[in-house]
Amino acid sequence: MMRVGRINFGGVFKEASLAYVPEAKVGDYVIVHVGFALSRVDEDEAQKVFEYLKQMDELGEIQGKEK
Amino acid sequence: MKYLDEYRDAELAQKLAREIHRVTTRPWVIMEICGGQTHAIVKFGIDELLPKDITLVHGPGCPVCVTPLEVIDKAIEIAARPGVILTSFGDMLRVPGSETDLLSMKARGSDVRIVYSPLDALKVAEENPTREVVFFGVGFETTAPATAMAVFQASQKGLRNFSMLISHVLVPPAIEALMSSPDCRVQGFLAAGHVCAVVGYEEYLPLAKTYRIPIVVTGFEPLDILQGILMTILQLEEGRTEVENQYARAVRREGNQPAQELVRKVFKIVHRKWRGIGEIARSGLGLANAYAAFDAEKKFGLSNHSVEEPKECLSGLVLQGLKKPPGCPAFAKKCTPEHPLGATMVSSEGACAAYYRYRRREEKELAGAR
Repeated sequence: MMRVGRINFGGVFKEASLAYVPEAKVGDYVIVHVGFALSRVDEDEAQKVFEYLKQMDELGEIQGKEK
Repeated sequence: MKYLDEYRDAELAQKLAREIHRVTTRPWVIMEICGGQTHAIVKFGIDELLPKDITLVHGPGCPVCVTPLEVIDKAIEIAARPGVILTSFGDMLRVPGSETDLLSMKARGSDVRIVYSPLDALKVAEENPTREVVFFGVGFETTAPATAMAVFQASQKGLRNFSMLISHVLVPPAIEALMSSPDCRVQGFLAAGHVCAVVGYEEYLPLAKTYRIPIVVTGFEPLDILQGILMTILQLEEGRTEVENQYARAVRREGNQPAQELVRKVFKIVHRKWRGIGEIARSGLGLANAYAAFDAEKKFGLSNHSVEEPKECLSGLVLQGLKKPPGCPAFAKKCTPEHPLGATMVSSEGACAAYYRYRRREEKELAGAR
């Protein structure tokens, strides 16, 4: 009746319903709340904060040189 | 663990904090709505990394905390009935009602069980066909899809011994209530990432416009929260009032459509009283007419009553961001997690519990050093 996934929470395995993330595949990272996967983690978006921080560094270097 | 540990990197957190210091020129007051973010902020000391000019106030996003006393009394009344199995999330059991709490009812022989998911409550009902099984469901938009699925499945399976005591609440009406209050000091909001994972963030666009406030959908790890704060401050400093999405790895603009669909099918929007705040129009979810057979209040013929909050508990002010927990005379004295006066001291998302757990020792150490 409902797709269920086996989810690895940092070593602890629990089942969660995949009813709301029908697109989820084995190996995906999902956000789980009270037994339901609610969202798939987007790998590209996940990198953005680190890219932002890296840009900040580069920008800092340029500004540093200008001084 | 992937997508967790890297967002807790101390060096990168310091880097974001330095950037926040660099861009801040004036005092700003920012509210994080979600109790989960409050805990992360207090636990990791994020507020202490910020410039003195930035004030974080903790919002009402703790479902256990805003569940009204009357509803907890109703759950207790149901649990007292013979033949009933009352199920709920663990935190709910220790929240004081007007006279007792569910854990004490359990100790006195009522069948009260902790479940991890509303689906577990459904399983209990299937395994105990001669008993009435009630799920006491609280939560924000994040939890509603789970509750909705339990009701939907119970209906599909024709389960007659299952019902729910529902106290679901919604974030946007609470933001409106806060912003309409004359005491409101909040100039920007961190919106709760997991709520938005379900509902998206389109409904925040009119709020940002009407109240001229930046709203940044923010995740729960230290780097998420720091980046959310930075994005909010940049908007404030530049005079922008937009909705931005820091937590794009989990939140899409339109949210989770299948979840929203089932929530719309099973629930209807109702007026809801918030503990410590009062009634907020159209701020909650109740069972839709087609699912009224699963409404425990109707099934058990519970009457509405109104009870006074204990005066010594200031959780209402804490939930509105008007007071911080250590500012309450009862904090860590008359009110502790073992003997809580209010729900904010009980819940894993409650602001008082966060300060009790993570800040008290430091204060003691500081006091000792003096």
